[in-house]
Amino acid sequence: MLIRTKVNGEWREADVWAGSSLLYLLREEMQLPGSKNACEQGECGSCSVWLDGELVCSCLVLAAQAQEREVRTVEGLADHDELHPVQEAFLEAGAVQCGFCTPGLIVAVTDLLEHDPSPAEPVVREALSGNLCRCTGYAKILDAVSLAAARMREGKA
Amino acid sequence: MGDTRVRERTRGGIGEDVARIDGLPKSKGAFAYASDLWADGMLWGHTLRSPHPHARIRSIEISAAVASPGVHAVLTAEDVPGKKTYGLEFADQPVLAWDRVRYVGEPVAIVAAEHPELARRAAARIVVDYEVLPAVTDMKEALEPDAPKVMEFGNVLRHVRIVHGDPDADADVWVEGYYETGMQDQAPLGPEAGLAVPAEDGGIDVYVATQWLHVDRQQMAPCLGLPMEKVRVYLAGVGGAFGAREDVSMQIHASMLALHTGKPVKMSYGRAESFLGHVHRHPSRIWMRHGATRDGRLVNIRARLLLDGGAYASSSTAVTGNASTFACGPYEVPNALIEGTGVYTNNPPCGAMRGFGAVQACFAYEAQMDKLAAVLGIDPIELRLKNALSTGSVFPTGQVIDGTAPVREVIERCAAIPLPPEEPTGPATRDPITVPGGAQNVGHGEGLKRGVGFAAGYKNTAFSEGFDDSSEAWVRLSAGPAGPLVEIRSAAAEVGQGVYTILTQIARSELGVERVILDPSDTNIGSAGSSSASRQTMMSGGAVQLACGAVREALFERVRAREASSDPAGELRLEAGQVLESELPLGPIERFLDEPIEETRVFHHRPTEPIDERGQGAIHVSFAFAAERAVVEVDEDLGLVRVIQIAAAQDVGSALNPRSVEGQIEGGTAQGLGLALMEELQVVDGRIRNASFTDYLIPTILDMPPVVSVLVEEPEPGVPYGAKGVGELSTIVAGAAVAAALRNATGRELNRIPVKPDDLVGLAEPPTSSGPPAAPDVPGPRSVPEYFGLGAGQMEILANDADDA
Repeated sequence: MLIRTKVNGEWREADVWAGSSLLYLLREEMQLPGSKNACEQGECGSCSVWLDGELVCSCLVLAAQAQEREVRTVEGLADHDELHPVQEAFLEAGAVQCGFCTPGLIVAVTDLLEHDPSPAEPVVREALSGNLCRCTGYAKILDAVSLAAARMREGKA
Repeated sequence: MGDTRVRERTRGGIGEDVARIDGLPKSKGAFAYASDLWADGMLWGHTLRSPHPHARIRSIEISAAVASPGVHAVLTAEDVPGKKTYGLEFADQPVLAWDRVRYVGEPVAIVAAEHPELARRAAARIVVDYEVLPAVTDMKEALEPDAPKVMEFGNVLRHVRIVHGDPDADADVWVEGYYETGMQDQAPLGPEAGLAVPAEDGGIDVYVATQWLHVDRQQMAPCLGLPMEKVRVYLAGVGGAFGAREDVSMQIHASMLALHTGKPVKMSYGRAESFLGHVHRHPSRIWMRHGATRDGRLVNIRARLLLDGGAYASSSTAVTGNASTFACGPYEVPNALIEGTGVYTNNPPCGAMRGFGAVQACFAYEAQMDKLAAVLGIDPIELRLKNALSTGSVFPTGQVIDGTAPVREVIERCAAIPLPPEEPTGPATRDPITVPGGAQNVGHGEGLKRGVGFAAGYKNTAFSEGFDDSSEAWVRLSAGPAGPLVEIRSAAAEVGQGVYTILTQIARSELGVERVILDPSDTNIGSAGSSSASRQTMMSGGAVQLACGAVREALFERVRAREASSDPAGELRLEAGQVLESELPLGPIERFLDEPIEETRVFHHRPTEPIDERGQGAIHVSFAFAAERAVVEVDEDLGLVRVIQIAAAQDVGSALNPRSVEGQIEGGTAQGLGLALMEELQVVDGRIRNASFTDYLIPTILDMPPVVSVLVEEPEPGVPYGAKGVGELSTIVAGAAVAAALRNATGRELNRIPVKPDDLVGLAEPPTSSGPPAAPDVPGPRSVPEYFGLGAGQMEILANDADDA
């Protein structure tokens, strides 16, 4: 079936098998492999994207559900060479190891900070509890969230 | 003269918190992991796996699959072009099963099709006629004479017997214990994946996520019927490893499909298949008896360890060696008898996982130390300090510790980390998310008990038992457009641990040049050995250091030949892009780089010895030690746990990138915490029942407490920069520390990890044992398959590699 969707600000079309997930559409048909496939069950958050501004696991969304809607992925965060503050914070805090969870976490953290610029730590933990990371033990990810939150507040001030 | 001195230091060298060199693309989603690869006209591979733990294959009917839409190939064992088996230590594992399957998930046939779904559907149309055979799925039963035999020669993979001092020596006080650990999974987030591209020379180019490119190639080439040089393996982005990528998964299968179809073939496992497609941490049963004097000195330890290796050898024999040699913990004991047995069963194969046998042993010996402390009425930390190993101590294997052994220091510094403040208990006194199970809103802080537990442990760095796991590096220094430039080539696998960043830091420090680039890792250079055994900083770091040293010497020869030196005896040095003579600048480095300088060097660690008949020998290279303290809160009604804090002190030799070391401690601790509290593959009758992230739980950000870590730096002599391996220790001690804290909170025995809610509320009895199995009859202390001529272990593989070179 032919899917037309707006991805990172650009309208695109792809012909996919009806059973395809939004994740498959992005990764295999639209050359956007930044969103990762790690569990296929919505448990790990590695495939997190925005669908009409709402944070979703793209493995649990059918490609067809994105018809005539707007998708934003990790690839849409950096402005060419200028990283999003959340991306910068992940690098500086040492929150990246193997990096497979990183795109999903960066999307989830960005979503959190767009809704709550100064989240308390329990709020951060709850918001990110759907994003599995197997390398870091999450300590440096929490550091990155604090750093990014401070920078984004400064940026807006 | 003082004003002409170069004060500037080379930035980004060793000892600094240098940011990862692969961090930028990883944060942008632009880093190409193995599962992201794509080629024109690419096909998708899929694997059909055995549904039985043990069965005879009567026939395989593939015609319906071949006729399925979009299918380009359906291959079975008959189609394996060369050798039909492969394996890390012994080639005992079929590329595709014929005649017999030995575990649920064993590959039987492979399919290539134009779409992954078409490949899956075609595989489902393959008809395999199985005759189900009796299976052995219990590691103790596997040793019984009438047990079904997994291999023709029996079920014993290895039996190690270590006799130390007088094993009959008596003691004032004895404590006994029986312990079990479950089957843990590495669960790297990146699935097994790769892309095989047929080449014009009849060979194959394979892009894969692995821990050791060369050992993959050495197993692939004979099976593909290709000479080694026609199998070129390139490292694709690796989404975590933790031991799961030591063994071959899809490498040979994708190559077979690509060679057969003449098209690039990609294979990428789903999560359920990933749980079937890699080895796991060995489940263990451990019996221990500790004897001590009344004042708390260890006198005698008797340990019996049993490890379930599953259906194929993988690295089980080495894991058995490690678990056995580490069985007494980081303590001095004059007498011991340790017997460790690894067995074949029809369970999923087990092999390498972070900690590699040391994890299981630590859980048992640290529980024993606590038991002993309780019986003697001595503080558990005091007892550990009293028996702590130090430089000059002798292990039960007779090996003398000649390197640093700051066991007392890690114990004391860990114990000195402040405890977290007591928190109020009772309903509505704090944020519900901070009580055990709070995120599920099942409890509100009623009936909470706090417990504190401590564990110390140790492990070796690099490979053991006579194995020379050397590493090669090539370094080139040239005049780039923006100043001097260093280029490094190494086959070391960056699996997330940060070895690439460390290699660039070493080059900066050695050559005084900030611009360092690293070529992609592939088999076009000599082996770097495996990214396992906490060894890459030492081994590939050592190789880069040697190669940089050779480049530097060649540069200094040029400098001396060209410069009329003010002081011919003056010492030359490189710093911040300058050549210095006796600390005075001679000029920028690139002035001497009209021709680039390149050198290749191989780093070897000092030789080790095999284990002899009495379990004796200097079998390990170097040792590192760690201690962790866990503070937990247990909801005694619901059996739920919250870990409040982990305090960690680790012997790191010297920290080449302190933030990265902390990251290893924090991440390794999470995996140990997972083993203690939640992570277990539930294998029933040889079948994994929870092969998903819904049912196999790994710690989330809600499960992880703050990890307060202290790095104990006593540089190890004879090792590059004195740096010890840091990857595994925290996993080894964290599980034992959390279990000890749970015992402290509940007063229960808790002799099995993971500890489950039922164990904490007394609904499940602790496992008991009728006693250890008798020692099996084996030809000697080496791996049993060796005595039966089942060759092609890593040792032989590396010997061949050396011949080729």
